[in-house]
Amino acid sequence: MKPAPFAYAKARSVAAAIELLASNDARLLAGGQSLIATLNMRLSQPALLVDINGIAGLDRIALTNAHIEIGTLVRYAQAERSPEIARAAPLIALALPHIGHTAIRNRGTLGGSLAFADPAAELPACMIALGAEIEIVGPQGQRAVKADEFFKDLFETALTARDVLTAIRVPVASGATRVGFAEFARRHGDYAMVGLAACAQADGTRLNDLRLAYFGVGATPVRARKAEAALAEGDVEAGVSALAGDLDPPDDVQASGAVKTHLAGVLLRRVARQLGRAAS
Amino acid sequence: MSERFHEVAVTVNGEDVRERVDARKTLVDFLREELALTGSHVGCEQGVCGACSVRVDGVVVRGCLMLAVQCDGARVDTIEGVADSGEIADLQQAFIARNALQCGYCTPGMLLTAQELLARGGVPSRKQIRAHLSGNYCRCTGYQAIVDAVEAVAKTRAEAKR
Ligand SMILES: Cc1cc2nc3c(=O)[nH]c(=O)nc-3n(C[C@H](O)[C@H](O)[C@H](O)COP(=O)(O)OP(=O)(O)OC[C@H]3O[C@@H](n4cnc5c(N)ncnc54)[C@H](O)[C@@H]3O)c2cc1C
Ligand code: FES
Ligand code: FES
Repeated sequence: MKPAPFAYAKARSVAAAIELLASNDARLLAGGQSLIATLNMRLSQPALLVDINGIAGLDRIALTNAHIEIGTLVRYAQAERSPEIARAAPLIALALPHIGHTAIRNRGTLGGSLAFADPAAELPACMIALGAEIEIVGPQGQRAVKADEFFKDLFETALTARDVLTAIRVPVASGATRVGFAEFARRHGDYAMVGLAACAQADGTRLNDLRLAYFGVGATPVRARKAEAALAEGDVEAGVSALAGDLDPPDDVQASGAVKTHLAGVLLRRVARQLGRAAS
Repeated sequence: MSERFHEVAVTVNGEDVRERVDARKTLVDFLREELALTGSHVGCEQGVCGACSVRVDGVVVRGCLMLAVQCDGARVDTIEGVADSGEIADLQQAFIARNALQCGYCTPGMLLTAQELLARGGVPSRKQIRAHLSGNYCRCTGYQAIVDAVEAVAKTRAEAKR
């Protein structure tokens, strides 16, 4: 199919984009790797597309002592090549190769992935595991929202129709930081059936601030808090058992909820090994 | 300007093109319908199959997931240009020699995507070749021959460099 007619405007600044979003039924266009597909299928028919690809500075990766700030327009392929991301945000580096295919990664943006908030997407879960902050600019100015509060519901985020996500801020990994990532997909590059992103700070034999963020198991990424508690104490199998109380994945076209819960346990054992926890 | 029709200037296969385009026209439809460059194919129109692959400013993208109006000021290379320049002559020969195409629907996209990997130099593993081509569907060959052809070219190009 072909898209329904729409008007198009190229924004040259974030302020100009916000201005343009004031008009009726306008949508931001970033990498287009989700949006243009939905336009082609006429699943959405906006009146105006506001293209942010020409806004200077939104594709920057900046490193300070405490944080790495990733501009919304940083493309997956650019992030894969970034030595700063490999060093300061290794969890993101682990997740990137699982996203789509090379041509999708050449265009798709990190910010677009968070704004779109597909429940089976890798990066939203990574942001929760990392305790990231999302920078947003709207008509009322700038604000930062914690990843834990950003993902509201199925394809629904803290962004309003007049907001622009401008950057992602992630705490820089230290020598004690441990990360893990694993997913099941039918074919490499497909959206995951179930996936798990994890981050913790190792302290002797303890894992502090352990965060396990599952994706593909609900409307938004889900933190498995009971499993976190068990795994932090070092008991992998208790963590796997605890998942039944943490997750309640609905059946979907890929797998039943029961299968997903089982796979979540398999992933937990794999990720526990990556975090330095041997399965007993 | 928030309008439906826009004037764009694009360099397609080295030639400057100026056209007035409807914002809703995808790049691949623009190439096929306005410029009669029908080597780029249209399969799924949702980014899944890779038949529409073209190069924009040097990187391979989905022609169905980019709008022509977004290409103002860009350099676009299609299979026609890349084939005419001789850039992939060896890869085309290897595809023929190894039966890496049957109906040919996927072939332009396969060639461009494979060339992107080969241009990085070195000899990628078969696993790396498969991963790089994972977004390009072929309904005919079963992929084996395609991986063979790409691997063979990687080896001859690496050999020639020594
Ligand atoms: C074949 C295929 C396979 C894929 N596989 C995967 C996969 O395995 N995992 C995965 O995570 N994704 C996958 N994707 C989706 C891909 O990651 C998209 O790039 C991503 O979901 C959206 O990013 P984008 O930059 O392309 O955004 P767009 O498509 O341009 O936009 C998506 C939505 O976000 C909004 N938006 C974008 N940027 C902003 C911003 N800065 N501020 C506010 N709103 C914004 C847009 O208005 C739109 O509603 C796949 C896509 C395809 C076509
Ligand atoms: S037609 Fe573009 S990916 Fe299938
Ligand atoms: S040769 Fe027919 S689809 Fe690949």
